[in-house]
Amino acid sequence: MSNASIGWSREEMAARVALDIPDGSYVNLGIGIPELVARYVPEEREFIYHTENGLLGMGPAPEEGGGEPELINAGKRRVTALPGAAYFHHADSFVMIRGGHLDLCVLGALQVAQNGDLANWSVGSPDAIPAVGGAMDLVAGVKAIYVVTQHVTKKGAPKLVEACTFPLTGCGIVDRIYTDLAVIDVTDEGFRLVELAPGIDEDHVRERTDAPLLSIGEGRAVTS
Amino acid sequence: MIDKQISSCAEAVADVFDGATVMIGGFGEAGSPIELIHALIDQGARDLTVVNNNTGSGEVGLAALIKAERVSKMICSYPRTTNSTVFPVLYKSGKTKLELVPQGTLAERIRAGGAGIPAFYTPTSVGTMLSEGKEHRTIDGREYVLERGLTADFAFIKGSVADRHGNIIYNKTARNFAPIMATAGRQTIVQAAKVVDPGELDPETIVTPGIFVQGVVHVAKPAHESEQVAQGVSYP
Repeated sequence: MSNASIGWSREEMAARVALDIPDGSYVNLGIGIPELVARYVPEEREFIYHTENGLLGMGPAPEEGGGEPELINAGKRRVTALPGAAYFHHADSFVMIRGGHLDLCVLGALQVAQNGDLANWSVGSPDAIPAVGGAMDLVAGVKAIYVVTQHVTKKGAPKLVEACTFPLTGCGIVDRIYTDLAVIDVTDEGFRLVELAPGIDEDHVRERTDAPLLSIGEGRAVTS
Repeated sequence: MIDKQISSCAEAVADVFDGATVMIGGFGEAGSPIELIHALIDQGARDLTVVNNNTGSGEVGLAALIKAERVSKMICSYPRTTNSTVFPVLYKSGKTKLELVPQGTLAERIRAGGAGIPAFYTPTSVGTMLSEGKEHRTIDGREYVLERGLTADFAFIKGSVADRHGNIIYNKTARNFAPIMATAGRQTIVQAAKVVDPGELDPETIVTPGIFVQGVVHVAKPAHESEQVAQGVSYP
């Protein structure tokens, strides 16, 4: 792809997300780039990771070939439990999510609309087997929702759009988006640039965004 | 004397009838009561509605039950998983139906069912295709969808240690759905790797009190699904 070498890498996107997470936050990380965020906890900060299958205080993956089959994450991969971790059953786990006890969830996306709608669980094709997992609960209940995603699809289609065409995960729930090109807030006035990746200018981002995009500092104050 | 111990998995699943609703514990392989599921395959009950977060992997455990065409309907949140090759075929052929439920709604439906609550309002899935056709209500300015509590004729779960009263503790993230399924199953059977005398489990640490459990089967060395799948095992 022509712009694969410019903008932020997956790791840099994850590290950029981590910079915005306050010390002491309880965080749920989705599958894919969101998982990488756990590698980039800034100095002097402590985050507690929640995995919806029943663990607070999730640690990194064990060494290759290690771990145990009954200590896994929501992606069903083996993980570790850190000192201070707690296990609980599924209803309690989703009380944490649906009851607004988690501070932040970082998710991937198929599409994000300018009003904060998120589509991330299905492309809606009739022969696909639908699978939603906990995504709809997370976006309905967690205090803040960050999306981390490539700015466009592998075929170059914009993922930041006026209105989602794929089936929705939730309505008006995305607060901030981190892409390989920029950090963008979802405001009452639509998308607004917060920060550009090195070497990227506003026009480059606008050409790849299928909705109006306010400049950095433009419009009213952040409302989220 | 209360003694809920059952001598074999075959005896534990003997009452399952055609058309029964069966909750099966586990999130992926963690907490999957694989020996009870295999006994259910041997037992032969058909046209089952199965409640589980997933649809199993490979051709053992839940996937083997589905492959044997015993399951007419799955109620789950995530039927698409690595090595989950059995369910897609039967789903696409129309032999196994799917009721897709957001994972937290699934957990809360089971919790509600076990608590005698017939239905509840939740914001999860409002505005999405999974809330279509369901009753909506605005409470204090926010829109909610009505979801029904879920009970089952049988619940099959896996514990690490149990006693003859049916008190249970679990192992790490194998706990997942088991404690709530225990409350929602009219006939809840636990397979436990260790069975101890009453009093040996610290009352402060018991996760599932025995009142929710009707049967305890000792399965000393439960198989792990991922190891069986890696070895290419196909049950039966």
